[in-house]
Amino acid sequence: MRAEHFCAECGHVQPAEPTDFFSFFGLGRKLELDEAALEHDFYALSRKLHPDVYSKASAREQAWSLEKTSQLNDAYRTLKDPLLRTEYLLQLQGIQLDEQSKTATEQARASGVEKKQTVPAELLEEAFELNMLLEETKLGGLDAELRGQLSATREALKARLNTMQDELHAAWKQWDSGNSAATTQMVDVLNRRSYLRNLVRDINEALK
Amino acid sequence: MADDRVVGIDLGTTNSLVAYMGTGPTLAHPHEPGKGVFIIPGEDGSNLVPSVVALDHDNHVLVGNAAREALLTSPERAVYSVKRLMGRGVEDVQAELKLFPFRLAEDLAPGEVLRIQLGERSYTPPEISAQILRQLKRNAERFFGAAVKQAVITVPAYFNDAQRQATKDAGRIAGLEVLRLVNEPTAASLAYGLDRKQNGTIVVYDFGGGTFDVSILKLKDGIFEVIATNGDTHLGGDDIDNLMIAVAVADVAGDLGVDAREHPDLVQRLRRAVIEAKTTLSSQETADLEVELPDGRLYQRRIEREAFEHMIEPIVERTLASCRQALKDAELAASQVDEVVLVGGSTRIPLVRRLVEDLFERKPHTELNPDEVVALGAAVQAKILAGGSAETKDMLLLDVTPLSLGIEALGGVTAKIIHRNSTIPASATEHFTTGVEGQVSVAIHVVQGEREMAKDCRSLARFDLKGIPPMPAGLPRIEVRFLIDANGILHVSAREQRSGKESEIQVQPSYGLTDEQVESMILDSFDNAEQDLAQRQLIEARNDAETMLTALVKGRRNEAWTMLSFSEQRKVDELESKLRLALGGTDYHSIRRWMEELNQASMRLAELMMDAAVGSALRGKNMDSTDMGEGPEAPHPIGKAEFN
Repeated sequence: MRAEHFCAECGHVQPAEPTDFFSFFGLGRKLELDEAALEHDFYALSRKLHPDVYSKASAREQAWSLEKTSQLNDAYRTLKDPLLRTEYLLQLQGIQLDEQSKTATEQARASGVEKKQTVPAELLEEAFELNMLLEETKLGGLDAELRGQLSATREALKARLNTMQDELHAAWKQWDSGNSAATTQMVDVLNRRSYLRNLVRDINEALK
Repeated sequence: MADDRVVGIDLGTTNSLVAYMGTGPTLAHPHEPGKGVFIIPGEDGSNLVPSVVALDHDNHVLVGNAAREALLTSPERAVYSVKRLMGRGVEDVQAELKLFPFRLAEDLAPGEVLRIQLGERSYTPPEISAQILRQLKRNAERFFGAAVKQAVITVPAYFNDAQRQATKDAGRIAGLEVLRLVNEPTAASLAYGLDRKQNGTIVVYDFGGGTFDVSILKLKDGIFEVIATNGDTHLGGDDIDNLMIAVAVADVAGDLGVDAREHPDLVQRLRRAVIEAKTTLSSQETADLEVELPDGRLYQRRIEREAFEHMIEPIVERTLASCRQALKDAELAASQVDEVVLVGGSTRIPLVRRLVEDLFERKPHTELNPDEVVALGAAVQAKILAGGSAETKDMLLLDVTPLSLGIEALGGVTAKIIHRNSTIPASATEHFTTGVEGQVSVAIHVVQGEREMAKDCRSLARFDLKGIPPMPAGLPRIEVRFLIDANGILHVSAREQRSGKESEIQVQPSYGLTDEQVESMILDSFDNAEQDLAQRQLIEARNDAETMLTALVKGRRNEAWTMLSFSEQRKVDELESKLRLALGGTDYHSIRRWMEELNQASMRLAELMMDAAVGSALRGKNMDSTDMGEGPEAPHPIGKAEFN
């Protein structure tokens, strides 16, 4: 069911009600999503809800338009991005992401405690080798050989990040066809992904 | 109808302009058929009002060219580039103070909004900007012969919350309801978009007098969606001038043994000379500086373009770094950009054009006057907000917030809650709790910026969430909602969820005027405005009459004149001589009366001229709209001016 945005009588904006981002666009909680159709809908709703359209309206309608448009923008921003969309769905399902998630990182920052890093099993070896390289860089500086090794590792990690895209899409398909256990798979992919990204970031910093 | 007129204002670092989008041409603008977006000129006929404010020795406020002259004769009573100080605190303007002759008031208390000394008085930056806005408002009112109360004002895309708020305050102090703050590059894209209805990705590179912005937009069927923006609110032509002045000051000290810093008027003469040289170097290979020293000797120097380009390249490189970051944020390669638009006076510099062309691998657009395009775009947005016209029907601007919004968390780190380049309006909801049993208030520090540590970001506000019912530590759940509106300005509301009690928030803006301060400034400005009203009315009536008579002289040469009947012509002639007679006197009522009569008598001439202009435009191939509505909505420009 799509959230009510307009008055059936006059077509004007209605007050914003709490609604989840999928319902805002009248979408089910599905992850494979027609991004072009979403954009089309976003533009169409923007044309009708935006504060520009209500600049001569009553203060009440202006306030509603502002609230509604912020909901619209927040929803579109979240849904159009595959990762944010996945994270948002998991959150709606009451699933907390592991230590590497962005929220976890920010929470760790907020509380000031050192963030726990659970190394995914399949990445143990690579992570270990990379740490040796980074340690060497810290001690002996960055020579041409080290630079080459770090760059090569980075490329390998980036290639793995790309394959994760496919894994994530596979999990989406599962979820969309009614397999609710697919959330476990998604959490796993997201966690490994953010771990890999952290490694890439460390390399980038070392190479700077 | 008249009171609904919404003007577009470009409140620039160096120059300011006011523009309007009507639906038809006027006698003064018969060459603008159809589109009807035009700059409203000032009393002196110039489209640009220099953003300079001065107090003369009777403490009358001077704005624009008059103030620019005062800058040379009594620099301690004049101020320019005040935009650089908008929304900033004493501690962030230290670098500015070394480069600009800003004189801060001496009695500033810590945490107080900056005040600038002008002669014996001191003013906050929003009050000085308000003087510029008031001048633009007067120019528009003279043009329309009716009050103008609402405006769209442009700001650099990279302006933070405090700078935006300060701009809005300036509008209020000037007696304008600011319907919207629009980002300058986005406004420019509207002006360009009006002409060419098309889809694609465009980059607006806006290098002005004091600020640099770059915005990347996606155009689709009239939607102007900003994808990413970047910039520097303290990087512009001013910085190039300062480099050149530094060289000149060193020359004067080394070769001629004069310390220019001891002669503020000399520094101002050097400044004017280097600006002239900079402008010359955009079209010539060399430029000559020649400035007279206080002792009568001459300082002379020739500048080669190559040396000039070498000197300014680091500045231009900083703008390119912003462009690269914006491309990265938009996840685009330079080659995926369809069009590049240049805006701002500094884009006249050949080196800037060359380097921008190299970066984006395509020739940038320069069709519209880079000084005027932002104001024209503001007028388009003003038209949209006023209800629109056939041409603006499908146009909608979706802009973004340039900087991430964050909260200072434990350990002083920034927890980002709304990321940069989020489409606005945007919101975020955060939950807070207490750390101590019975705690009844929670302090929240909101910052804006990209840095890890809150202290390196711009402090926006400190709030105290008060009135929390006493409960064990960690039990209260206070929901705080942060909302960035379509102007890019932050609003905060809070609620304690366990008790359902609306929390009381005391918002303490880190830099800014309180509502009470703004109100009292509005009152002050009225007091001053009354003083010389009568004198001003006479001067303005005379100026308006001159404008009208000039337009009439032109009108007589137009083919349309011959289409008037003999008696129509004679009536116009007769009223013209009456007006000329009244001009010799000092009674502005009488000047206005004959202007009004002449206006009525020449109405048909204006209409005929318009028809002729429209006719020729329709025959041309570039007409993008044939909808002329019901004739000129913009009133006859030779109509009555000054209202009040």
